[in-house]
Parts: sequence; C-alpha cells; structure tokens
Amino acid sequence: MPVKKVKAAIATYGDHEVIRPENGLRGYASDVPDAGEDDAVARAEAALADLSGEFGNWMDDECERLDKARNALVDRGISESSKMALFHAAHDIKGQAATFGFPAVAAVADSLCRLIEFTPLMQRIPLTLVNQHVDAVRAIHREYSRSDAIDLAAQLNRKLRDVTDHFLIEENKGRPDVIEQIKG
Amino acid sequence: MLRIDFNSLRFLVVDDNAHMRRILRTLLHGFGAREVYEAEDGASGLEAFNHFVPDIIITDWAMPIFSGLELTQMIRQPDGNATPYVPIIMMTGHSEKRRVTAARDAGVTEFLAKPVSAKGLYERIVNVILNPRPFIRTKTYFGPDRRRGASSTYAGPERRKASKADAIKNSIVSDKVRSTG
Repeated sequence: MPVKKVKAAIATYGDHEVIRPENGLRGYASDVPDAGEDDAVARAEAALADLSGEFGNWMDDECERLDKARNALVDRGISESSKMALFHAAHDIKGQAATFGFPAVAAVADSLCRLIEFTPLMQRIPLTLVNQHVDAVRAIHREYSRSDAIDLAAQLNRKLRDVTDHFLIEENKGRPDVIEQIKG
Repeated sequence: MLRIDFNSLRFLVVDDNAHMRRILRTLLHGFGAREVYEAEDGASGLEAFNHFVPDIIITDWAMPIFSGLELTQMIRQPDGNATPYVPIIMMTGHSEKRRVTAARDAGVTEFLAKPVSAKGLYERIVNVILNPRPFIRTKTYFGPDRRRGASSTYAGPERRKASKADAIKNSIVSDKVRSTG
C-alpha cells in the first residue's frame, strides 16, 4: 500500500530525543454539537449482543481445546510445546470467559495459568493438579445453569488456588521475587 | 459531542484466537469502522502491518511464532520500518503490574485488560487519536513517552539528563502514512 512521509518535530537532549510526529489521526475526530442519539459504544454493544447467541458454542470450543491440550500433555509427556499449548488454551479462557457469559470459569483458568507459569521446572508441573484444573473448568462450564453454580465455582477455585499457591511457594523457595508475584 | 470518523480509520487486529478476532471485528464495525484487517499470529501481523499500513493496531500478547510484545518491538524500529509511530493497543489477560511495565517498555501505546468491553476499547482508541504521547528515543528505547504526564509535585531525581533542548528541528523522519490517492 502506498505511503507518504509525514513531519515530526525532534528535540534533541543530552541522552535522548523527544519526537512529536504529526498526528494524522486527529483529523478523524470532530466536535458535533447535534449528534443526537448517535452513540458508537451503544452500537458496538448492540452488535456484540447480536453475536452473543454464538458464545455458548464458542465456550464449548475453548473447553474442548483445553481438554485436548491437557490430553496431549498427559499422554505424551510435558514438552515446551505441549506446555505452551495448555497455557494458551487456559489463558484464552481466562480472558474470554466473562465476555462469553461464563465469568466464574475465568478464575480456575487463571489458577492453571499460574501453575504452568510459575513452576520453575516444567517436568515438576503436577499432572494431578493440571487434571483437576481442567476438569474443574469443564465442570463449571457444563453446570453453569445450576442456581448454585457460581458458589460452587468459587469454592472449587478457592481450593485449587490454595493448593496451587502452596505448591508454587514450595517450588520457588529461594526466589523471593517470584514468591512476591505468587502472593500478589 | 465528540465524534470519531471510524469509517475512515484502518485497523489491524492481531490475535491467534478466532473468537476474539470476531469479537473485536464486531466491536469495531459497531463503532463504524469499515476497514478491519486480521492476522492470526505475530509473524503474519508484521506482514499485514507492512502491507495494509493500518492507522491503529490492536494486538494480543500471547501468540505463537512471536508474541504481541515482540511484534511491538519489531514495529518500533525507527530506522527499519515505514510507520514506527503507529498506535498499538495491547489487549491481554495479563494485567499484573510487571506485565504492564513490560508492555510499556516494549513501546505499547495503550494497554487493555481482558475481558474487553466496547467502552474500554472505545476509550483507548479515542485516547490514541486525541492524546498521542510524544516518542522518546534513547540508546535502549524507542516508543511512546513512558511518563503519562508531567507531575508538578514530583520531587525525585531527574533521570533524563539535560533539561534544555540542544537543538530542535523539524524533520522529515522515516515515518510514513498511506497516501490518499
């Protein structure tokens, strides 16, 4: 795509430059006194609401992806690629569960991410704990329509998080900076 | 009332998760954007950046091949790339302070923690359009000024040496924007 040069004002100091590029985007903003009901955020929210009928299936897809990543790691052993596949699957659920309408799933996925990220030697990642996290994510999602689902999810997450944090603190003895991150 | 002409803006969304790309595309189209390009990893994101010359990039952090952080570092190359000043909004599930600091140090313009909302995304887009920060170039850093604003009560040491500009010049730099033609 063709490009053209723009100006920038550069102030040079002893050890750095301060550069003020021409703001080509400013021209896309304008003050409109009578904008009426035009609300870009409301329009985007409405568009997202129209899409929300898909979210249940998308969450199914994400849980299935997490399950496959877990099975690959358990069946073939932990490698850098299997570890990262599991981490990415958990990380995506952590980031998307609330958008998809399953916010209570996110905390367990986050706990799994922490387990993978903060275990110093990947061969030491406890598979039992991995399985418990993955099964918990899937169970919370599956039972989400239950009236007590949120409470059960919170209890499950608290327990998994406690066990995970205890393990991680033991594994990271002598690494105060990491322990500080674990304790948050 | 402020209005952004989304219709004329060109976006690049870089995320390995197809569902998240669809959500972002839906939100951007909802704002009124027409040109929304997508890439599914850092490498194809870099290629799309060079090809489509987007006005604003929205990227995920954790991606295969190379991450959103590495993509940002590759874009913030003042001597080796066409548009090193492009606003980059980093969208991620990582919201810990050290992550935010790492994103800032890579040259990210705005940080958007997941779950994304229409309001959160809109506010960051408006901010990069209306309140762009100057860029700082040192031996070890090139990117938006990491100081959000000048504090009149700051009492700490002045870490940047020299308080006065040695020279101020208007210059054509390596930055380029797409021509309208």
